[in-house]
Amino acid sequence: MSIEIRFNLRQRDGFSLDASFSAPGRGVTALFGRSGSGKTTVLRCVAGLQRARGTCRINGETWQDDATWRPPHRRPIGYVFQEASLFPHLTVRRNLEFGYRLAPASEHRIAIDDAIDLLGIAELLDRAPARLSGGERQRVAIARALLSAPRLLLMDEPLSALDHASKQAIFPYLEGIHNELDLPVLYVSHDPDEVARLADRMILLEAGQVRASGPIGGVMTELRLPLSHFDNASAVVNGVVSAHDETFGLTHVTCGGNRFTLPREDLAVGTRARLQIHARDVSLALNAHHDSTILNIFPAVVADTRDSGSSQMLVRLRLEDGQSLLARITRRSGVALGIREGMIVYAQAKGVATVGT
Amino acid sequence: MAIDWQPVWLTLKLATLTTVILLLLGTPLAWWLARTRCLCRDWIGAVVALPLVLPPTVLGFYLLLLLGPNGPIGQATQALGLGTLPFTFSGLVVGSVLYSLPFVVQPVRNAFEAMGTRPMEVAATLRASPLRAFFSVALPLARPGLLTGAVLGFAHTVGEFGVVLMIGGNIPGETKVLSVAIYDHVESLEWAQAHWLAGGMLVFSFIVVVAMYQLERHMQQARREH
Repeated sequence: MSIEIRFNLRQRDGFSLDASFSAPGRGVTALFGRSGSGKTTVLRCVAGLQRARGTCRINGETWQDDATWRPPHRRPIGYVFQEASLFPHLTVRRNLEFGYRLAPASEHRIAIDDAIDLLGIAELLDRAPARLSGGERQRVAIARALLSAPRLLLMDEPLSALDHASKQAIFPYLEGIHNELDLPVLYVSHDPDEVARLADRMILLEAGQVRASGPIGGVMTELRLPLSHFDNASAVVNGVVSAHDETFGLTHVTCGGNRFTLPREDLAVGTRARLQIHARDVSLALNAHHDSTILNIFPAVVADTRDSGSSQMLVRLRLEDGQSLLARITRRSGVALGIREGMIVYAQAKGVATVGT
Repeated sequence: MAIDWQPVWLTLKLATLTTVILLLLGTPLAWWLARTRCLCRDWIGAVVALPLVLPPTVLGFYLLLLLGPNGPIGQATQALGLGTLPFTFSGLVVGSVLYSLPFVVQPVRNAFEAMGTRPMEVAATLRASPLRAFFSVALPLARPGLLTGAVLGFAHTVGEFGVVLMIGGNIPGETKVLSVAIYDHVESLEWAQAHWLAGGMLVFSFIVVVAMYQLERHMQQARREH
């Protein structure tokens, strides 16, 4: 079960793509990069909408190699475009049925009614696309893609055309897909927070080439890569909800031997939780201060340090269970505390939030 | 005074047949012109558009040469046992199709171009073959353009005169269409008959144009109101 991609493309406008990567055939893999880095081109090549030289093998099936070329309508994909691109001449229901009817009955893994429930679009079925809001359209487009019986879901910045509120409203639906369907997803994005929330792995693209790839916890905190230097750089830590503290309205999430404490979340004990901790919210101490107001204090090993600008430095910390945290501190404090690789420190995380499951 | 209805029926028959042929030929041609990246596109497009600028008599003249007994097409049709086309109803259909071609191809091509490539891509990702996508997505989306093309092609054929005169002549029941009949009546100072036919044409054309506008508005509303 894996996704193996190697694409080679030279376009007339001077852009060239020379990307190869592999990813597990499950979970959400983000294709991350700035605009012009080639992430949408990669996605279009996987769909067969654009033709590059190379190979494309998805979970044991060859969609493209030197001898094979499957046209897009013979690839079991669901494609969600940046703009919803619903067929304007069909009602929502007919849009949903379009791909459903063309897919072989035996390949369906979700019924029309279930997809309608999953995306919360029951009210919209008889409407024309022109009479939907942006968020509604995109939910219909996602349901339509799921109903074409895909074995790989391709999403090209499906949230970027939406305002903040619609974006927040659509996240739970995307997470629902992730949790309820065992469907690998390639997700194009240039928004680190979106990726932190949704993706398991990340392929970082730069100028048409793969700069890095791996689990997002690693790629986002790797100091040699640009993500960790963003102003809103963060680390993502996976854990399990272990208890609620009703007296103080808190939820505990356990990651290895560490217990994170955060404001009460409506999650059942035992469910997986993904925590996002921004680098700017993490400070370092040489001793565990139990008299601090900060609840989340964990021992960690300094894995790497790097200056960021003239006044700040970034520190990558390895927690006891191997997951990484990122801390942004002043260079002055770093020197004062003598922060260096291999050193044991106490990371104090001021803001911890769940960003999904 | 008796109105001779024969030219009226002949004209309607010619215009209907021409419109049907134009939609069948013009739609794929318009699709090709809208989609191809071939460098020959502008040349083919110019040939299709030529009847817009060419005097009908010039088109008729060359058609007469091509289709006539000594023309290459005329010799081919003779060899096939079809006889020659000039001064027959079939010849008139051929001439009308060529003459009205741009009036159908242009609006349909515009509609296909306005649609962009996205709907066809979406259809492909939803497992529709190119042919199925063409019929279930491209054609419905281009419907206003197809309608405009059909109406323009029909009306333009009804009103043609120069080409008819050159390759059709004036054979009652065969090539004597409305416009030629009006001309005939005027020539023989039969003003009353000319009035009836010309007035009828005027009213007909007016109704066609109004109906087209209304239909277009109705379709836009239907799309918005679902």
